[in-house]
Amino acid sequence: MREDFAEILRLVRPGSRVLDVGCEDGELLELLTREKRVDGQGLEISPAGVSACLAKGLAVVQGDGDRDLDHFPTRAFDYAILSKTLQQMREPRHVLSELLRIADQAIVSVPNFAHWRMRMSLMARGRMPETRALPDPWWSTANIHLCTLRDFTDLCRELDLRIDACAALTAGKAARPIQPDGLLENWRSESALFLLSRRVAEPAGAAPQNLFGDVELPKPDAPAPKPRRRKR
Amino acid sequence: MDGAVETEAGKETGGGVHRFPAGKGLRLDSGATLAPLEVAYKTYGKLNETRTNAVLVCHALTGDQHAGSVNPVTGRPGWWESVIGAGLPLDPDRYFVIATNVIGGCMGSTGPASTNPKTKAPYGLTFPVITIADMVRAQAMLIEALGIETLFAVVGGSMGGMQVLQWAADYPEKLFSAVCVAAAPRHSAQNIAFHEVGRQAIMADPDWRGGAYEGEGVRPEKGLAVARMAAHITYLSEAALQRKFGRELQRDGLSWGFDADFQVESYLRHQGSSFVDRFDANSYLYITRALDYFDLAAQHGGVLANAFVKARGVRFCVLSFSSDWLYPTAESRDIVRALNAAGCRASFVEIETDKGHDAFFLDEPLFDAALRGFFASTAQARGL
Repeated sequence: MREDFAEILRLVRPGSRVLDVGCEDGELLELLTREKRVDGQGLEISPAGVSACLAKGLAVVQGDGDRDLDHFPTRAFDYAILSKTLQQMREPRHVLSELLRIADQAIVSVPNFAHWRMRMSLMARGRMPETRALPDPWWSTANIHLCTLRDFTDLCRELDLRIDACAALTAGKAARPIQPDGLLENWRSESALFLLSRRVAEPAGAAPQNLFGDVELPKPDAPAPKPRRRKR
Repeated sequence: MDGAVETEAGKETGGGVHRFPAGKGLRLDSGATLAPLEVAYKTYGKLNETRTNAVLVCHALTGDQHAGSVNPVTGRPGWWESVIGAGLPLDPDRYFVIATNVIGGCMGSTGPASTNPKTKAPYGLTFPVITIADMVRAQAMLIEALGIETLFAVVGGSMGGMQVLQWAADYPEKLFSAVCVAAAPRHSAQNIAFHEVGRQAIMADPDWRGGAYEGEGVRPEKGLAVARMAAHITYLSEAALQRKFGRELQRDGLSWGFDADFQVESYLRHQGSSFVDRFDANSYLYITRALDYFDLAAQHGGVLANAFVKARGVRFCVLSFSSDWLYPTAESRDIVRALNAAGCRASFVEIETDKGHDAFFLDEPLFDAALRGFFASTAQARGL
């Protein structure tokens, strides 16, 4: 099992409502459905991925994380998962903020551009790093918004997001809980997985318009509701 | 012939015309009541013992109940033989497939060509205006009469997809799943405009006789053919027309007149003239009107998501085609967003094809795969 999937599986509460943004062929959602009986929904851009998900019996909507998150109602999910794709979004900041409008918690993983391999590669070769975590050359990579652990924690702070948990991920190894602010981890961690939640009420005007008005959302056998954080 | 079961080319089929008792008319949205009510239908496969494998297939504007077997009027294959059949997404070995003719239609269900009990003459324009919700109400009456409490699925494309949405809004408790293909939550101004062209063509035909042509031994064939020609263009894509016909000529050289010089002209003329053999002009008026009146959000306080709030238990699959400009993908996305907003379990794929709106009748591998995947997994969830 992919190390990030194992960690996500550990973090997600049984029976919760999960949105997987960029769910690909639905491997993670299937795992969560089987192991944690989650009520899962996927968002996937490729028709082949969506078809694969349909065949697995998953509910998945073809769409684009950059554009289609705006149309999900507020707090429709317990978790919104964005695995290794934030750096490919046109507007990572908006996406991050949207994830935490739609869901109470977000599980986001990002590659760390300050990992020692990156730094050494850049320093020694003077070229854009091509490492096992980010193997594509600069002219074909889908990663348009790379960041370091420190950059990411800074953005979380700016958006007033609380980091509830963080783990360093290394291919083939078990996730390792870390303090993402630590200077050393910014060298050591190849990529990291964050569990985020919103610290305070959303600032007025930050929430995008819900095209469908305020709809009463019946909650299915949901876990005990958390104290409601009302907008405005 | 109600309930007759026969074997047709190895397929177990059944159906007929269900006549509802005189006291059991159909309440219409317009306030009128349609009685007596007859609903023509066709079935494929067998209802299982637990009565959980019934699938209702809803047809498009000019479709009928002959979805999975040869159409007796045209002698041509049923309109959804690419979906209903052995080894296909809706396999009669597994499902009990029911296809009905909508009310207002002309293939056996009560419509403008039926006899008006008051005048003992064909209804013509005295037939009440009907809506998509009326069609669905009649289907629900039939399903009940067949002793089916819950449908495993309700499936349809185009107008059939609108019926699917209406089912989800009006009878969510009777549905396990719903598949809406190439449809829209409302008719757009452009949709209405094209329909109006068709209706005006029919009404401009002197043989229409104010809708009373049945009694006068004529039929507005020219008008209906033109209506079909205009509509048929909207079912195809520009790319598909170009690929199929380009500027190819029928014969060598131009006629320097108004014969069908171009192959596309000849094709459209053929579409028009073969259509009038199988369809009734007044039915065309009534059904296009029902489509124009369709606006699911308007029925629910202007908020589409409100239509689906009771359908949380239904598994939805919404499919659209990239080159469909009649009911473009954006409309299907609106449906999906409303389903998401209502907290419904929904899947959505836009199928890449250049075949336009009519792609759902055609052999499209991606469409087939999506239907197969959805039905297989939903059947598993239903324990079929």
